[in-house]
Amino acid sequence: MKFKKNIALSDSGFIFDPTTGDSFNTNPVGLEIVQMLKQDNTPQEISAYFLKNYAVDESTFEKDLYDFINMLSKFKLTEHNEKEKN
Amino acid sequence: MIKAQYERPIIQRLNVGLMNKYGTKTEFNPVTHIDGNAVKELMETYGSPLFVLSEKTIRQTYKDATRAFKTRYPKVQFAWSYKTNYINAVCNVFHQEGSWAEVVSGFEYLKALHNNVPGDKIIFNGPDKKEVDLKLAIEHGSLIHIDHLDELYMIKELVAGGTKRPRVAIRVNMDTGIYPMWDRFGFNYEDGQAWDAINKIMLSGQMDLVGLHCHIGTFMLTPNAYGVAASKLSQLALSVMKKFKKKIEYIDLGGGFASKNTLKGSYIQGIDVSPTFDQYAEAISTSILNAGFTEDSLPLLILESGRALIDEAGYLLGSVISNKRLSDGRRATILDFGVNILFTSFWYDHKISPAQHFGQYSEDTVLYGPLCMNIDVVREHISFPPLKKDDQVVVHTVGAYNMTQWMQFIAMRPAVIMIDMDEKPHLIRKRETINSIQDEEVMPLYLEKFKIS
Ligand SMILES: Cc1ncc(COP(=O)(O)O)c(C=O)c1O
Repeated sequence: MKFKKNIALSDSGFIFDPTTGDSFNTNPVGLEIVQMLKQDNTPQEISAYFLKNYAVDESTFEKDLYDFINMLSKFKLTEHNEKEKN
Repeated sequence: MIKAQYERPIIQRLNVGLMNKYGTKTEFNPVTHIDGNAVKELMETYGSPLFVLSEKTIRQTYKDATRAFKTRYPKVQFAWSYKTNYINAVCNVFHQEGSWAEVVSGFEYLKALHNNVPGDKIIFNGPDKKEVDLKLAIEHGSLIHIDHLDELYMIKELVAGGTKRPRVAIRVNMDTGIYPMWDRFGFNYEDGQAWDAINKIMLSGQMDLVGLHCHIGTFMLTPNAYGVAASKLSQLALSVMKKFKKKIEYIDLGGGFASKNTLKGSYIQGIDVSPTFDQYAEAISTSILNAGFTEDSLPLLILESGRALIDEAGYLLGSVISNKRLSDGRRATILDFGVNILFTSFWYDHKISPAQHFGQYSEDTVLYGPLCMNIDVVREHISFPPLKKDDQVVVHTVGAYNMTQWMQFIAMRPAVIMIDMDEKPHLIRKRETINSIQDEEVMPLYLEKFKIS
């Protein structure tokens, strides 16, 4: 799973997909996750970063991250590489 | 190192140019206190979910309503509609403000007597008055509003040969331009049934026809319908005066004024469409004052408003049980109360606020109750901040009908508290226990003792 490279991100959490014309907004935690995904961080790396820097416990964050990544994929903001598909 | 505050990540598609059906943003301004009491502490003390009533709001709303009418018409009397909320503490706030009682069953009648309402200040409505109820009402000199001919004849039989003259009125149904017409109750005006019933009463010589009553519907958004109703009842009263030389003491226009709730499916918030007490009062008083009464024959105007007087004073506090993602991508939040105790979510899109602070981000959410049933939807669409398990919410404008129509289904009904004028909370109905239910059950002996083999 990868965040699509051509998607525009603003610092305020505005997301624009030029291929579909769809736009989205996300909150600061969501924005940070998207930025880390864009830089090819794995979910494990993202979790480690959040647990270290935010007042959140592991199970809550994992639930939320899983759900958030699901939403990104639902909104077609991610692409899957061949390996993951199999 | 102090860690940064965490808020669940959310992402939302922006629908440019589409009408927003997810409510307004003000909905997620947090409500952390009610009349000076922290929501969190109230729930710690009395449990979740919890109904809260604001005595301040009840009294203020009552004063607004009476002011609107008394500044326009010389003789006005409110009668508290017991079915709307008959917890005794609530009734007594209204009675203390000067309200009579309006009841629709033997059970409610006994409740009013128990609350020390004098018999002649109890209005007895409804189609199902039993013989024992009528006897009691006649005994206490209450105002019996006859709903149908069978009732009229039952009263005649009850007083035959006795000395008591019951004080009665008839309920009239009529066309006020509002559909559906509530013609199930009372005697119809247009086809002459009402006039016939009046004649039967007057000619019986056994009863005192003291009033005329109607209740044209509920959550009525057009004040003018009351103008029409007031004018038709006035015409009947004037006809009685003309034919029988008998003054009708009062005209009772029932209830039905809208509260500030938002009807389901409406894009406009209730607070922006519901008429004010002033608008209802203007339509009604103009009609009666112009009907042709002489100054000394003007009838007393009785009102039986329920929801408009108590809805805003009621809150339901509850907690988040869990979050889910529906297959269409919408967030679903499951709360610890559902349609079992928030019956009015079948009619209204209740305003719901989080009870703690959040950032400015929100997500389209469905709010479900905890019942194992598909119908258990508290709000179908709401733009809501990312709540997590154990976060708390405040539902607004729930004072009417929920605390009387609530169901005991798979769990006990919650406690009800009232916050007094000095902002002190009082328990006015205890949370039910298993005994509240079990005590009424009876086990046949042969089913009592056995072992599962
Ligand atoms: C006879 C009568 N009076 C008063 C009321 C109170 O109505 P509302 O709560 O709409 O004011 C009702 C409610 O149905 C009623 O039937």
